[in-house]
Amino acid sequence: MVDSSQSIQAEQLKPPITRIGVIGWLRANLFNSVFNSFLTIVTLYFLWKIVPAFVRWAFIDSSWNTTGAACRAAGGACWSIVAKNFRFIIFGFFPYESQWRPLVAMILLFILLLLSSNRRFWRKWLGYAWLIGLFAMGLLLKGGLFGLSSVDSTKWSGLPLTLLLSVFGLTAAYPLGVALALGRQSRMPAIKSLCVVYIETIRGVPLISLLFMSSVMFPLFLPEGITINNILRAQVAIILFTAAYIAEVVRGGLQAIGRGQYEAAESMGLNYSQKMRLIILPQALKIVIPPTVGILISAFKDTSLVVIIGLYDLLKTTQSTLSDPRWMGFSIEAYIFIALIYFAGCFSMSSYSRRLERELYRGN
Amino acid sequence: MAQEVTDSTEIATPAKIPFWHDPTKRAIIYQVVVLSLVGMLGYYLFTNTQANLERQAIATGFGFFAKEASFEIGESPIPYSAADTYARALLVGVLNTLKVAFIGIILTVILGTILGIARLSTNWLLAKLAGVYIEVMQDIPVLLQLFFWYSISYEILPSPRQALNPFTGVFLTNRGLIFAVPEAHPAHSYMALAFLAGCVAVWALSRWAKRRQEKTGKPFPVFLVSIAILLGLPLAAWLLGGAPLKMDVPALRGFNFKGGLTLSPEFVALLLGLVLYTAAFVAEIVRAGIQAISSGQVEAAMSMGLKPAQVLRLVILPQALRVIIPPLTSQMMNLTKNSTLAVAIGFPDFVSVANTTINQTGQAIEGVGMIMVVYLFFSLSTSAFMNWYNKRTALVER
Repeated sequence: MVDSSQSIQAEQLKPPITRIGVIGWLRANLFNSVFNSFLTIVTLYFLWKIVPAFVRWAFIDSSWNTTGAACRAAGGACWSIVAKNFRFIIFGFFPYESQWRPLVAMILLFILLLLSSNRRFWRKWLGYAWLIGLFAMGLLLKGGLFGLSSVDSTKWSGLPLTLLLSVFGLTAAYPLGVALALGRQSRMPAIKSLCVVYIETIRGVPLISLLFMSSVMFPLFLPEGITINNILRAQVAIILFTAAYIAEVVRGGLQAIGRGQYEAAESMGLNYSQKMRLIILPQALKIVIPPTVGILISAFKDTSLVVIIGLYDLLKTTQSTLSDPRWMGFSIEAYIFIALIYFAGCFSMSSYSRRLERELYRGN
Repeated sequence: MAQEVTDSTEIATPAKIPFWHDPTKRAIIYQVVVLSLVGMLGYYLFTNTQANLERQAIATGFGFFAKEASFEIGESPIPYSAADTYARALLVGVLNTLKVAFIGIILTVILGTILGIARLSTNWLLAKLAGVYIEVMQDIPVLLQLFFWYSISYEILPSPRQALNPFTGVFLTNRGLIFAVPEAHPAHSYMALAFLAGCVAVWALSRWAKRRQEKTGKPFPVFLVSIAILLGLPLAAWLLGGAPLKMDVPALRGFNFKGGLTLSPEFVALLLGLVLYTAAFVAEIVRAGIQAISSGQVEAAMSMGLKPAQVLRLVILPQALRVIIPPLTSQMMNLTKNSTLAVAIGFPDFVSVANTTINQTGQAIEGVGMIMVVYLFFSLSTSAFMNWYNKRTALVER
């Protein structure tokens, strides 16, 4: 009896219809004040102006696999420029019949990245897997062994070049960056000031100045008769640049380790290298994984600057497609396509880094 | 007794430590080794460079500064012609860089603040849209964005004859953005002077108001009065100067527009790309700064009887700015460094002019050195400001 009256009461006291369901949600999130209602209406107006027009251009009026002339007649977006030039945009000048090799190398890289993103696999074997993987990727690109025909590195271009510059750049810059960070923390004044000057100089100048340096100054530094190819020079510039940023990130990690850890390590009788290798660095480097992923993202985006010194990375292969008279005038479509590639890469890395940050902080 | 004996023997004959076990001596050895390695590398590179320069008969030094540049520069804030010297050409480059950086930073801070606040808005639609904008813009290389905006200017925008005219007095063409400006009149310089005088007056007023409040406890509506002074003085100067209303409206003459102010497509694309890209980062910084203030602070301030405006000015902003300003300055520095990408779309910034200089004179070392020194100067002065600011606003902990 009591129960039933209570349930009737509860039924009578159900929230009013305007507080729940779609209407309630709209009222709470879009029209909860006069100003917000105004903002919602203005935003909706702009969306209504832009979105249908964009959909019409990008999908309804668009051409997907036609010639450039047919595109011009259709009037909408010309995705055919991507479809028809796909292999050139992605692989550039790599010999056509061997383009499976960079493809396999990229798949290998993605498998390694995928494995590394799972914390359960952070074991020693993963490090070895990376070493073997990087070597295999280099071999696939370069060839000359195991019956693979040798491909001159001037032919490396497109997406593989972009990935090569950023992944190899970060891998090589990492030890250098850690060494610089340790040097900056050192009590030896000469080493400390060398590291400080290096880090601050590199961080103070734009990447483009280092790339210019690699393209016009490096040749002057080398003894007569020795030349280094363009890609390697740009790679060195990217490594030198990235290392300074890694050094600052690692320094943050080193500073976050409590002094008790240093003192405990010392009182155990560990010497400097044991202390760093066994106690400090494992903890410090773990803390700085999320910002390190951030550096990988910037390195991935920054490699696009090699366009300026004339390397054919993803951006440059796209641009040379655009300079083809048959495909002139479709820059926007082509740029949107490679923007999607960059976005997919950066977004997956940044959301991974955010997830990892949450997990690591929960762990502490 | 035994204790005493061992003690005295230790003091009398301190165990001789071999020098490789003595940390101070070892440190000296390490440093000497590292320094000599660096020195040797430097010497090796230096001798190679000297030999190469001699072999290729490249001049050294900055003698080229005084020579005739003999290349044109598309746009310049100061008068410049191809007959001027390299030094002047480089100065034009620096001024163009500063122009882009200055305007870009102002626009970025405004747009970034709006986006950061929108990201935290209780309006679901607005917050989501701002979130999508921030994520998308951060994840696309800024160089690609520059190319994108630049390609719009030469592919989609019409020639001056068919110029788009979105608002009266504003024309969009493939020659750039052309808009009407007030016709030159002496009243404008009076207005600028009046504004400066207003700034001084506001500074004096706020000092006086603070002293009065400390003495008598009576607050003074500084903010409203300041706005009145800052707007009122230039307005008065404008009225006294004869209230000139005439606009210099651009008009089509032949193949191009005459009159008004023209912003080149390169400049507009560069500014648009840099601002839209950097604003996404600034928005995240602003959001983090606002979220860093715990709600307890606001509640405490309200329960002290402060008005909402006072809560914002005295409690929220000082704390939020302490979190916001350091990363914000580094974003401003990033914008300045990214403005070097102008070279890719043909805007004559410093790097672009220096690059032309390198190509013409062949003096790569001096050219790259100049680029590095100029940007190092910018960033060192930024970080000097940052250190000063951090010291000024650091929490005084007891």
